[in-house]
Amino acid sequence: MGEMEALRKEADNLKDQITEARKVVQDTTLQEAVAGTALVGRVQLKTRKTLRGHLAKIYAMHWGTDTKFCVSASQDGKLIVWDTLTTNKVNAIPLKSSWVMTCAYAPSGNMVACGGLDNMCSIYNLKGKDGNVKVMRELAAHTGYLSCCRFLSDSEIITSSGDCTCVLWDIETGTEKTIFAGHLGDCMSLAVSPDFKMFISGACDFTAKLWDIREATCRQTFSGHESDINAIGFFPNGNAVITGSDDATCKLYDLRADQELVTYQDSGIMCGVTSLAPSLSGRLLLAGYDDFNVNIWDMLKAERVGVLAGHDNRVSCIGVSSDGMACCTGSWDSFLKIWN
Amino acid sequence: MLVVGIRLEACQPDSLGQVFPQDSIRLDFKSLTSGVEAKMSSKMPSSNNIAQARRTVQQLRIEASIERIKVSKASADLMHYCGEHAKYDPLLMGIPASENPFKDKKPCTIL
Repeated sequence: MGEMEALRKEADNLKDQITEARKVVQDTTLQEAVAGTALVGRVQLKTRKTLRGHLAKIYAMHWGTDTKFCVSASQDGKLIVWDTLTTNKVNAIPLKSSWVMTCAYAPSGNMVACGGLDNMCSIYNLKGKDGNVKVMRELAAHTGYLSCCRFLSDSEIITSSGDCTCVLWDIETGTEKTIFAGHLGDCMSLAVSPDFKMFISGACDFTAKLWDIREATCRQTFSGHESDINAIGFFPNGNAVITGSDDATCKLYDLRADQELVTYQDSGIMCGVTSLAPSLSGRLLLAGYDDFNVNIWDMLKAERVGVLAGHDNRVSCIGVSSDGMACCTGSWDSFLKIWN
Repeated sequence: MLVVGIRLEACQPDSLGQVFPQDSIRLDFKSLTSGVEAKMSSKMPSSNNIAQARRTVQQLRIEASIERIKVSKASADLMHYCGEHAKYDPLLMGIPASENPFKDKKPCTIL
């Protein structure tokens, strides 16, 4: 009993210390700092392409790096690699398990990955010798569903899971290199920093955690959301993190100040955020919501400056291409749309 | 403990007239037992709880010890980055039709 009591006291003290240390550096707020900055003008994007082909809800999409190709995953049991300029399907990959929740494109363009209720991350080689796309590895060790996956390279991938952990895998050997444990609820989403040294995870414990990939430690934990965090992303310079939650808000947390800078909310928005992506400069935040819309926020002024209305069901995923030229939305209505 | 709630909905054909059994079952993917804070129960101290509490304290020590910069500097750096990169942001600046690879180029008909 004695040690438990002492540990609880120390934990409370440390939490107070962290709260205090965050207050000490709060010499202003982002809102005050940007008071003299003009709001960006109304952003009106048009649907340029509609990618048709999936036969059921789309759960995830991911752009390739330095390319106009993207991959999407649907519960029709297919992964489709699209040439978004022509709307042609480059690959249509049938999956063993149709309960897919996430997909990812390797930066090299050589592989894609997906996973879901099968608790596994399956890696597919797009550049096989005979031209057929085959399963290269099945990464199995999670005891819960696979919610998200992101490649670091052709040999390493990070996954997040409903078992509350994230894992760094060696694709070659198919084994776990590092297990990142600490979240107290299902991990729903992850994003890798622009320099590939860190990653962030958002979970159903309402927190986001920053992890050092090589040190295998959790560096920081960010609270404030009042419900599950479904979506997470890095601000383009890697110094801040954006989260989207079932509490109908998005939040911006600065890593070096170790605190929330602003909340993106509107009394008219009462449904959860499913997905998010910053524009190339970071000035715009595009966020997908359960009410079938995407709201575009001025990230500095925290005001809505545009809406993408075009889907007939929940927007489940969103991504901005690496050159910033286009935004892609995927929906439960089975279509993907390219906007700019 | 992972608890998955399953709600059965009537099988409705989609717009293509296809019915997918999996679409008729809505799964609540998320666990119903997600907690907000580490619960350090003092009622039944077990070695498991103590180990968990030690890990929590260890993690809090790491997080308490980091260096923090002022919000004014953090804000200024974010504003600076946005300002420097705005002109290269196509979604922000708009894309002229002639430079937009996604815009369908329709041939002009001279009447």
